[in-house]
Amino acid sequence: MAETLLSVRSVSKSFRGLRAAAEVSFDVEEGHVVALIGPNGAGKTTCFNMIAGALAPDAGEIRFAGRRIDGMRPDQVCLAGIGRTFQLVKPFAGLSVLDNVIVGALRRNSHVGVARRKAHAVLERLGLEGKRDQPASALTLPDRKRLEVARAIATEPRLLLLDEVMAGLRPTETDRMVAVFRRLNEEHGLTILLIEHVMRAVMALSREIHVLHHGELIASGSPDDVVRHPAVLDCYLGEEAV
Amino acid sequence: MKALLAATPKRALFLMAVLAGVLLALPAFANAYILSVAILILYFAYLGQAWNVMMGFCGQLSLGHSLYVGIGAYVSAALFVHFGIAPWIGIWASILACMAAGAAIGVLAFRFGIGGVYFALLTIAFAEFTRIGFDHLDWVGGSGGFFLPVAQREINDVLALRGSPAMFYYVMLALTVAAFAFCTWLLRTRIGYYWQAIREDPDAAQALGINTFRYKMLAVIISAGMSSLSGVFFAFYYNNLFPEQIFNMSRSIEIILGPIIGGTGTLFGPILGAVVLTVLADGITELMAAFGWEIPGVKQVFYGTCMLVVIVFLPNGIWPTLARRLGLERREGGPHG
Amino acid sequence: MPLELVANVTLAGLLTGLVYGLMALGLSVIFGVVRVVNFAHGEMMTIAMYAAVVLFAAFRLDPFVALIPVAAAFFVFGYALQAGLINPFITRPEHTQFMLVLAVAIIMVNALLMAFGPDARNVPVDYALESFSIGPLLLDTVRVYAALAAVAIAGGLFLFFKFTPSGRAIRACADNYLGAKVVGLNVKKYYALTFGLGSACVGAAGCLMVLLVDVTPLLGPGYTLLAFIIVIVGGLGSMPGALLGGVLIGISEALAGLFFSPSAKSMFSFALLILVLLFRPQGLLGKRP
Repeated sequence: MAETLLSVRSVSKSFRGLRAAAEVSFDVEEGHVVALIGPNGAGKTTCFNMIAGALAPDAGEIRFAGRRIDGMRPDQVCLAGIGRTFQLVKPFAGLSVLDNVIVGALRRNSHVGVARRKAHAVLERLGLEGKRDQPASALTLPDRKRLEVARAIATEPRLLLLDEVMAGLRPTETDRMVAVFRRLNEEHGLTILLIEHVMRAVMALSREIHVLHHGELIASGSPDDVVRHPAVLDCYLGEEAV
Repeated sequence: MKALLAATPKRALFLMAVLAGVLLALPAFANAYILSVAILILYFAYLGQAWNVMMGFCGQLSLGHSLYVGIGAYVSAALFVHFGIAPWIGIWASILACMAAGAAIGVLAFRFGIGGVYFALLTIAFAEFTRIGFDHLDWVGGSGGFFLPVAQREINDVLALRGSPAMFYYVMLALTVAAFAFCTWLLRTRIGYYWQAIREDPDAAQALGINTFRYKMLAVIISAGMSSLSGVFFAFYYNNLFPEQIFNMSRSIEIILGPIIGGTGTLFGPILGAVVLTVLADGITELMAAFGWEIPGVKQVFYGTCMLVVIVFLPNGIWPTLARRLGLERREGGPHG
Repeated sequence: MPLELVANVTLAGLLTGLVYGLMALGLSVIFGVVRVVNFAHGEMMTIAMYAAVVLFAAFRLDPFVALIPVAAAFFVFGYALQAGLINPFITRPEHTQFMLVLAVAIIMVNALLMAFGPDARNVPVDYALESFSIGPLLLDTVRVYAALAAVAIAGGLFLFFKFTPSGRAIRACADNYLGAKVVGLNVKKYYALTFGLGSACVGAAGCLMVLLVDVTPLLGPGYTLLAFIIVIVGGLGSMPGALLGGVLIGISEALAGLFFSPSAKSMFSFALLILVLLFRPQGLLGKRP
């Protein structure tokens, strides 16, 4: 039933001798929610950047819906159907919340009127409709994160890359975000690959978890398996759990 | 269009109607001096809008915009003087030449990832390079200057751009209004949205599927093409061209002062800036003449000080604050779009 | 074209280029550390040149001596400019700072115009027309002295950055703003110090330059552009690069003036800038970012 939507094969990347990613391989099946976890500096965002086209891998290949996308520009990757958020949110500060999302919606809808309608719908889904005319710079952090997600969703992606979207959110806000993602995944079939440190969200959402450490994949499996995996417990000793 | 009118506050519409009336009737009750000042204001308002497309909308800082004015002027003037080609035809050659120049700069800069300050320096270098080049181009007069035959002022031939000051006034007015309408329209299209996204955050823009190279090129080319028209106007209004003057860096700075003071990225900013600067600068010159002082450089010190004051205290320019105070702000969006 | 002529012109260009290099060094230090585009650099150079003119006219002070008070005054001015006007704007977008300094530059140029008028001025020292002859080569005395002074000052600055604690702190701020703050360095103070040092370089360079060329208020923008071209060609962040860039530009200007026409000399500098930006954007001696 589920086809492999994203296939990462033996991908490596070094920065001036420092190995950020070492022959990382994993798949993301269509319709699944998959999490990428690991301590800081493990190479998670590097992998994201390589998938999203912000970096080109030194070796390996990345396929999306069968097509190779490694080495493509970020805008080409978006056109192929991958949306992403940034770890440090990047709102279009001088534009209103609505305009921010319209920019995203314009990817698949070249007519501004149509893009605007779709933007309203996305804002509604993310609970930002009431703030649509506010400048993005006036938003609180949780709202900025929601805006970031809304913008990416507006590009109508098949795969959504979420980079530490829960960081800095209070538990109630985290739960709200989790609910939104679960709805997007279950009702709209959106495939999600997320980097997260907030285990609460990871356990609630993911079907599979891949664990990175020092650029290497050290464990993969269902949440229950991974949480008991000896290598994972080793590297997470002292880290926040649940 | 209807939605646009509906969203604009009544007060603003009323003011605009009054302004339109005054502008249209101006030549009837203004003397030659006021008319020439008005033409100057409109000239800088138009040019400021053209520059604003690149900087205010798309975030690319050009400090060598005199390049396009100069090329536009020389191309149309040369075609007229050497081949007898009327300006309304020569204009197309000017536009194409400027677009090509802009495209060249754009390709060189954006393909190689040159942005920000380095890009600004590149635009300066191109303008300076061209200035020196034209100094040596004898076919268009070189440093000695290029002169157009001045025709009688009584006969108004718009297509040949020969006529009375009133005719030039209306031509410039039409251009400025057209530019304003064009820019207003542009901002509401996909191009406008993408430009602003690139201006705000190029990385985020790329992640949303925007081909930043393509849209930056578009901004440069459109801005260059628009600027060429003011060059054509300049050539046929003043009837003489000197590379040292028209390609000079001071011209480039004059071009950007209006939008900076009025407010880059806004639609009324460049116009307001042009008005404020020209009126005040002329006021200072008049005041000094009244006292019998003739000191070169005072006007520029004034310009510099204005710029400084605005950047420090009103970084978004005068217009946004003014619009808020006067209650002229347009209500954005709405459930029906 | 006799070989001696070419050789003499080239050497003259090299010597002038070293003074250019000192001017560009000031900019490299400022831009490399504080990351402010000092668009007033050429104007400051011009002011320094006028300062030398005034000091000579009033006190018959040789520019090589006037260099010391002028450089000191420029240090103070640069420090104040950074601390008072630019530091508060550090968090603003890049082009805002750029415009700010541009505005200051415009005011400076035209204030000079108002004060001194457009006519050219110079410093007629006694030894202005002397020259050394080494074989077939003829070197202007002033040019040789100026070049030596430029190298000496540049050397002094290099030693400062390499061996003194302040110098090392400044380099740390340049390499890693956030890291420097975390370690507890008062970054804003070091920025002001750097701007002061860069300005002092310009002050000194101006005193030297006025011995080689006549000064008018309108030289400013040309020197600013030249300084940037030299820094970009030589390589941002590289002090030897600034001197090397200066020498290259000095020589190319001299040769262009010889083989083509005097007004064409800047065209080659621009062409060089464009080539460097395209093919080696980090400059000849710069570090790849």
